[in-house]
Amino acid sequence: MAPALINANPIVHEKKKRTSKPQANYNDAIPDVIDELEIFDHVRDITDPEHPYSLEQLNVVTEDSIFVDDAKNYVKITFTPTVQHCSMATIIGLSLRLKLLRCLPPRFKVDIFLAPGSHSTEAAINKQLNDKERVAAAFENPNLVDLVEKCLVSTEE
Amino acid sequence: SLRLVQELEGHEDRVWGVAWRPCDGSSILASCSGDQTVRIWEHSSGSSPSSAAWVCKAVLDSSHNRTVRQISWSPNGNLLASASFDATIGMWEYVGNEFSFIASFEGHENEVKSVAWNSAGTLLATCSRDKSVWIWEVLPGHEFECVSVLNGHTQDVKMVLWHPSLDILVSTSYDNTIKIWTEEGDGDDWHCAQTLGPPGSGHTSTVWAASFNATGDCMVTCSDDLTLNIWDSSADLSSANDDDSAKWKHLATISGYHDRTIYSVNWSSLNDLIASGAGDDCIRIFSKSQDGDQEGSQSYELVQKHEKAHTADVNCVQWHPKNPRLLASAGDDGIVKIWEVVGDLPHV
Repeated sequence: MAPALINANPIVHEKKKRTSKPQANYNDAIPDVIDELEIFDHVRDITDPEHPYSLEQLNVVTEDSIFVDDAKNYVKITFTPTVQHCSMATIIGLSLRLKLLRCLPPRFKVDIFLAPGSHSTEAAINKQLNDKERVAAAFENPNLVDLVEKCLVSTEE
Repeated sequence: SLRLVQELEGHEDRVWGVAWRPCDGSSILASCSGDQTVRIWEHSSGSSPSSAAWVCKAVLDSSHNRTVRQISWSPNGNLLASASFDATIGMWEYVGNEFSFIASFEGHENEVKSVAWNSAGTLLATCSRDKSVWIWEVLPGHEFECVSVLNGHTQDVKMVLWHPSLDILVSTSYDNTIKIWTEEGDGDDWHCAQTLGPPGSGHTSTVWAASFNATGDCMVTCSDDLTLNIWDSSADLSSANDDDSAKWKHLATISGYHDRTIYSVNWSSLNDLIASGAGDDCIRIFSKSQDGDQEGSQSYELVQKHEKAHTADVNCVQWHPKNPRLLASAGDDGIVKIWEVVGDLPHV
């Protein structure tokens, strides 16, 4: 028997219509400014660790939950797990982190937080997701990396 | 200002730590990285260590199969210990100008975060995400025997550090506290003599590192709470009473300077300058104010701020043991840098 799902019946939302991405900026004189929509495009298709739906479809991340200050090289993502006791919250956070690590220029500092009040162990998970030593160790753990990579497959098509 | 002496490239992942070899003029620097290796950098003899003549002398790549988080030279410079996420501690011997891998010891349940020698080179301390601090005795024939397992921290222990002359051990943790460990009597009976932390004073988030001044009567700690704390560490903790006069005390908090997590702090062993390395890519240098004490408390001022010291987080800063103007740093950009302080500075 398959283990019971933590949230057996999540609400599935419609995917936001994709705006066609502006042509890549080939003029080196104009700095390539990264905005919320670009970050959202990178992470919206990450698959939930528990369901065959994307983080966008489950409203785990929205464009509004992303803050970017390009001039200050700063990105902050706030995500909302589908249930308050979601044991997969850490995996979702690590998936967001690995995805941004791969597609953002290294100049960016990234903070990842649970939405306030969205999780029963919010403070502990926030601390872990933003301790880069713990994150580095997690990314050296084959079992965890396996889980995270599965969530990212859908973003790399 | 800080003048870049040289960039040392070679590591293939973030560099977590650097350590100057403590003898022979300290013309050797070791660095460790997420690429699972330790690199040894040597300055060609005959020229000033502040000239760009550092070269990679060796790559020690056979001791660990995960990140090497920290390295530590024995006081005589003959042994180099490495702490790794692979849960082991590696030991290299440096003889006849060659490094040989002599031992690997295990015991921790998971990632080892830090390793430190006592001043006599007879004891080694290690700490881990498993929340414990271990004390190892150095036996003849390259044997290392665990003499004590110290439990007390409630989370991940980030760093261990010995007092510069006494067998007093400091540990800093993800549980936001700093613990001071001393030996009771003459057995191997170690215990926690004091915990520095809230409520009252201390850090409000992970304490990443600590450093003593040369005499050991002051200690500085750095944290994810974006502050440095200065502690009076002159009290004799071996007197086993609860008298407040026999406790280490908070002296000052340096706040308002750092923009992201402070990963490293180092008090020069030659003067009263404190360097910090942080997640905001800056190296800062603080000095004890010359104006004297204000109402018994101490004040510290920022005397240097070097922005974009690395193009990513600065993970480690270490003052040179002999030259008061030299500093080494390690960054998430995979680079080790040697810096020289130029111009007027207090204490230098």
